[in-house]
Amino acid sequence: MSFQGKKNNPRVTSDKLIIKGGKIVNDDQSFYADIYIEDGTIKQIGENLIVPTGVKTVDAYGHIVIPGGIDVNTCLQAPHLGMTPADDFYHGTRAALAGGTTMIIDHAVPEPGASLLAAYDQWRDTADKRSCCDYSLHLDITRWHDGLFEELEHLVKDKGVNSFLIFMAYKDKYQSSDTQIYEMFSAMRELGAIALVHAENGDIIEEEQKKLLDLGITGPEGHVLSHPEEVETEAVYRAVTIAKQANCPLYITKVMSKPAADVIAKARKKGMVIYGESIAAGLGADGSHYWSKDWAKAAAFVMSPPLSPDTSTPEYLSSLLSCGDLQLTASAHCTFSTAQKAVGKDNFTLIPEGTNGIEERMSIVWDKAVATGKMDENDFVSVTSTNAAKIFNLYPRKGRIAVGSDADIVIWNTKETKIFSAKSHNLTVEVNIFEGMECRGFPVVVISQGRIVLEDGKLNVTEGSGRFIPRKAFPDFVFKRIKARGRMADARGVPRGNYDGPVHDVISMTKSVPATPTTRGPSCPGKTPLGPARNLHQSGFTLSGTQMDDHIPRRTSQKIVAPPGGRSNITSLS
Amino acid sequence: MSGYQGKKNIPRITSDRLLIKGAKIVNDDQSFHADIYIEDGVIKQIGENLIVPGGVKTIDAHGRMLIPGGIDVHTRFQMPDRGMIAADDFYQGTRAALAGGTTMIMDHVVPEPGVSLIAAFNQWREWADHKSCCDYALHVDITEWHKGMQDELEALVKDHGVNSFLVYLAYKDIFQLSDSQMYEVFSVIRDLGAIAQVHAENGDIIAEEQKRILGLGITGPEGHVLSRPEEVEAEAVNRAVTVANQTNCPLYMTKVMSKSAADVIAQARKKGTVVYGEPITASLGTDGTHYWSKNWAKAAAYITSPPLSPDPTTPDYLNSLLACGDLQVTGSAHCTFNTSQRAVGKDDFTLIPEGTNGTEERMSIIWDKCVVTGKMDENQFVAVTSTNAAKIFNLYPRKGRIAVGSDADLVLWDPDTTKIISAKSHHLAVEYNIFEGIEVRGAPLVVISQGKIVLEDGNLHTTEGSGRYISRKPFPDYVYKRIKARSRLAELCGVPRGLYDGPVCEVTVTPKVMTPVTSGKTSPVKHVPQPVRNLHQSGFSLSGAQIDDNVPRRNTQRIVAPPGGRANITSLG
Repeated sequence: MSFQGKKNNPRVTSDKLIIKGGKIVNDDQSFYADIYIEDGTIKQIGENLIVPTGVKTVDAYGHIVIPGGIDVNTCLQAPHLGMTPADDFYHGTRAALAGGTTMIIDHAVPEPGASLLAAYDQWRDTADKRSCCDYSLHLDITRWHDGLFEELEHLVKDKGVNSFLIFMAYKDKYQSSDTQIYEMFSAMRELGAIALVHAENGDIIEEEQKKLLDLGITGPEGHVLSHPEEVETEAVYRAVTIAKQANCPLYITKVMSKPAADVIAKARKKGMVIYGESIAAGLGADGSHYWSKDWAKAAAFVMSPPLSPDTSTPEYLSSLLSCGDLQLTASAHCTFSTAQKAVGKDNFTLIPEGTNGIEERMSIVWDKAVATGKMDENDFVSVTSTNAAKIFNLYPRKGRIAVGSDADIVIWNTKETKIFSAKSHNLTVEVNIFEGMECRGFPVVVISQGRIVLEDGKLNVTEGSGRFIPRKAFPDFVFKRIKARGRMADARGVPRGNYDGPVHDVISMTKSVPATPTTRGPSCPGKTPLGPARNLHQSGFTLSGTQMDDHIPRRTSQKIVAPPGGRSNITSLS
Repeated sequence: MSGYQGKKNIPRITSDRLLIKGAKIVNDDQSFHADIYIEDGVIKQIGENLIVPGGVKTIDAHGRMLIPGGIDVHTRFQMPDRGMIAADDFYQGTRAALAGGTTMIMDHVVPEPGVSLIAAFNQWREWADHKSCCDYALHVDITEWHKGMQDELEALVKDHGVNSFLVYLAYKDIFQLSDSQMYEVFSVIRDLGAIAQVHAENGDIIAEEQKRILGLGITGPEGHVLSRPEEVEAEAVNRAVTVANQTNCPLYMTKVMSKSAADVIAQARKKGTVVYGEPITASLGTDGTHYWSKNWAKAAAYITSPPLSPDPTTPDYLNSLLACGDLQVTGSAHCTFNTSQRAVGKDDFTLIPEGTNGTEERMSIIWDKCVVTGKMDENQFVAVTSTNAAKIFNLYPRKGRIAVGSDADLVLWDPDTTKIISAKSHHLAVEYNIFEGIEVRGAPLVVISQGKIVLEDGNLHTTEGSGRYISRKPFPDYVYKRIKARSRLAELCGVPRGLYDGPVCEVTVTPKVMTPVTSGKTSPVKHVPQPVRNLHQSGFSLSGAQIDDNVPRRNTQRIVAPPGGRANITSLG
C-alpha cells in the first residue's frame, strides 16, 4: 500500500530510533528483542542490532512493547443538530495518542440524501489538517437508494474505503428497512466491503420514546428506558439473518448488552462471518448512572445503544472479549459538552449521543481483562490492535511489530496504576464518564510514524501529521470464507419439464396493491421483480422418465394411476 | 361464557339424549372411568349408576377413551385468493374435521386490504352459518393498519365475540405490517384483552430472495422453500417476541414450522414472555423434502408459508417440544387448493396459492407421533389438541373439558385402529393429500358434536349449517392474569431532579422533521408531545439529597461544584 503523502504538512519522518530491552508482544507470541526504526518504519528486530551512530535510544526495560492501538470507532466530526463534537480530530487524536492508540477509524456521516463522496472529501479535508495520528474512514449510509451503488464502488475502488455503516435505528432519519439492508449487504459483498451495523430497532424505540414522554419522563433515564436491551438484541438477530441470506460479512458496532453479545456468539457458533465490537464505555461503566440526580452527569452517559443498567454487563462483555466471542474494542468516542447535552434538558430524545473513551480504552481493557487474568498480553494486542487491522485490511502494516510494519509502537507499563479524571484527561469535554476509576496499565512511551509523541508524561503531537490510510477491498481475514461460500451457495432448480394440466383462471392482482406498508425506513426507488417470461405454448411435461424417488421400491399393494395433472403420482411420501 | 347465539332458520337437533357407558374419561388433568349422560347438547351427569330417563340411546364404550372433541385453532376454509376460493369450504372442511375427531374449528377472517374488518367478519359469519357442520369461532386477520381501525377492533371484541387478531410480518406490499404498526396493534390488542397472533416470516428478506431465485431461473415449487429459509421465520418470531415484551401483550405464533423458530419460542418462555406456539398437522407429520419432487403437482401441494422444513428431523423435534410444553396448541392451517388452482404458479412459484390439508388428519397424526411413541400421555394429548386451545381463547370449560355443564363435543377414541391416509379415502374436496400413504395409529370411533352423533361405524351424519358461532370474551384468565399483574408492576418513574439551569447550546431544533418517505400506509401521525420548555423556571439545586448520598465519599476527593454541575461527578463506581 502506498503512503498518501501530504505535501504541505510538516512531518518529521527522518527520526531514527532504537527501542532496547523491552519484551515485544504480538498477538501470537512474546519475545525479547530490540527494535530499530527509521523513516517511520520498523527496519530491524533482533539482538545486537547494527545501527547508525547517534540514534536515539528508548529504554523499554521492564515494560512490554506492543503494536499501537487501533480505535475502530470514533466520531470526531459528525455533527448532531448542527453541533459539532467537543473533541474534534485534533483533540481526539491527541487524546488517542496519550492513551496508546496510534490509529483511528472515524465515521463519516453524510446528511441523509447527501453524497457519500462529498462527505468523504469533507472528512478527509478536516482530518488531514487536524489529525495527529494515522486515520482511516468508515462511511455511514444514512439513506440508501440504488444510485448509491456507484458511489460505494467509487469509494471502495478509488478512495480506500472498505467498510460502511448501516443504521437500524434513528427512525425517519438514518434508519434503513430490511429490504434496503438486504440490498446494501448484497452490494457490499460484491464490492468486498464489510457491513457495519448499528443494531437497534428504531421502530420500537420511537414508540417507547413517545410512551415515556407521555408519562412525563423527560430526563436521561428516559433514554435507557426507551432503549431496552431486547431492542438491541432483536436488531442484532435480524442483521444476522439478513447477512446470512446475503452471504455478507457482518460487523456489529457497539455491543452494549449481554443478550446482544450472546446473539453474536451464537451466530459465530453457527458459522456466520460476524464480528462484535465492544467499546470502552461498555467495558468500563454501566447504565446505573442514568438515574443520577445530577442531570449533567446522567446526560454524559447518553449514547446508543445505551449502557446496560445491569451492573454485571461490563464483566460479562470482557469475558466474551477474552474468549473470542467478541473480537475487538473501540471507543465510539463522540463527546458533547454539558451545554450541548443540555439541548435535551427537557426532552431526553434531544440529548446528543456519545461518550468519551478514546484515551481510556487501552487501559480499561488491560485493567478489566489482563490484570484480572481473563486474557494474556497477546490477547490484549489482538483485541486492541491486531484483529482490527486484519478485519479492515491494514495488516500487517498496522497491528503487528514486524520488519516493514509502520512504527506505531507503544511501550506499556503493566504494573502501575492511573486514575481517570476530567481534571487530568486530554479532552475538552467537562465530564469524564470514567471519573475516579483507577486502572492498571498505561503507556509510558508512544511512537507514532516512528516519532515519539508521548514520553515522560509529556505529549508532543503535531497537528496535521496524521496520514489517511487507504484500505483495500476483500480483506483476506474476512473474505476468504465468504468467497468459498459464494461458490458453494448456487441454488439449483429441479428439472421437471412444464406442468401442462388444467390451470385455474385468476384475477391477476398479485403485488399490484399499490401501498407499501412495510418498510421500516424511507423506501428506495423500486426495482420491479423480474418475472420469468411465461410461454403458454411451450410444454416439456412428461410423466414417463426417471423420477426422484425411483430408487425407493414401491409397495405392490399401491395402485399407481396417472391421469393428466399427475394426481396419483404420489406414491411413497416418506 | 356468553349465551348461545342460536340461528332461527336452521334445523338443529338438540333434544338428543345420549348415555355413554363404561368410558374412560380423559381430561387434560386426569383419566377416570365413568358413565356420562348428555341432554340438549350439554353434559348433564357424569358418574356411575346414573339415573337417566328411559329409552335413551346408549353407547357402550367398553372402557375405551372418551376425550373432549378436538379444537382446530387454525383453519382457512373457503379462503379467497385472487378470485379463487379454497377447495374445501366450510361444509367440506368442517365435515372432514368431524371425521377426524375435531368438533370445533377456529377460522381466519382475511379482509382484503381496504375492506372493513367488520364487513369481512360478517361475510365469514354468513358463509360459515350456512355451511359449517360443527361449532366454530373466528380470528380476524389485520391485513393493514391505521389508527381508525382501533374502533373496529373494539367493536369486534365487545360486540362480536372475537378475542384474537392476526398480524402478518410477511407478504410484503400485501398484508405485511411494519414494526411500528405491529407495536401499535399489540398495544391496542392488550388494552382490549385480546390475543395477538403473528404470521412470522420476514417479508422483506423473502421478497429479495424470491427475486434472486427467480433470477437464477428457478421457477418450480422448490423455489418457494429456497426463498423462505427457516432463519427468516426464526428472525420474525424473535422480533414479534421483542415487540410483545415491550408492549406487554400476549403473543401467539401461528404455524411453527421449523426447529429454530420453535427454539426462539421456547427461549422466550424461559425468559417469562407470555407466548404460545402452534405447530400444525403438516409440520408435525411431514417435511419439506417433497418440494423437490419431480412431480410438479405433488411438489406444489406442499406449498404453505412458512414452508415445511427440508430438514427431515423437524417433525420429530416439534413433536418433542409439543410434548414438553414448549409448544402448546395444534392447528391444521387447513387451506387447500386444487391442482389446477395451484397451477396458476406453474411458471412462477411465487404465484402458487398457499396452504395444505390437515384438519381431518390432525388428531390421528399427533396420537401416532406423540402418544404411540411415548412422548406424551393421553392427558397431554387432550391438552394439546383441545384443552389448551380452549383456555387460551377463552372457551374453557365450555369446550376442551369433559365436565357437567360443558358442551357435549366428545370423541370416543380408538387407540388401536390403524389406517392409511389417502386422497382416495379422505373427506376433502382436494385431489391431493400431503400425508398420502402415511399409516397412523389412533382414530375416532364415535364423534359427538353438540350432543349429536355425527360419526358412528365409519359413517358421517353431518348437517350443513348446524354449526354455531361461539363467541369468545376478552381477557381470558389463562392468558391475562399474568399480563395484568405485569402492567401493574411496570409503572415507570422518572428521577426527580429539578431542572437543569446551566448553559444550553443553541441549536436549530429540527429533530425528526426529516420524515420524508415514511412508506405507504403509515398511520396518521401522532405528534410527539414535546414537554413545554419554560426558560425562566428553574428548580435546579445542587444541594439536597443525592442518589449516592449513602456511598461514603473518599476524603481524598475534592468536590467542586461550579454551575453546570461539572464536578458533581464524584464516585462513578
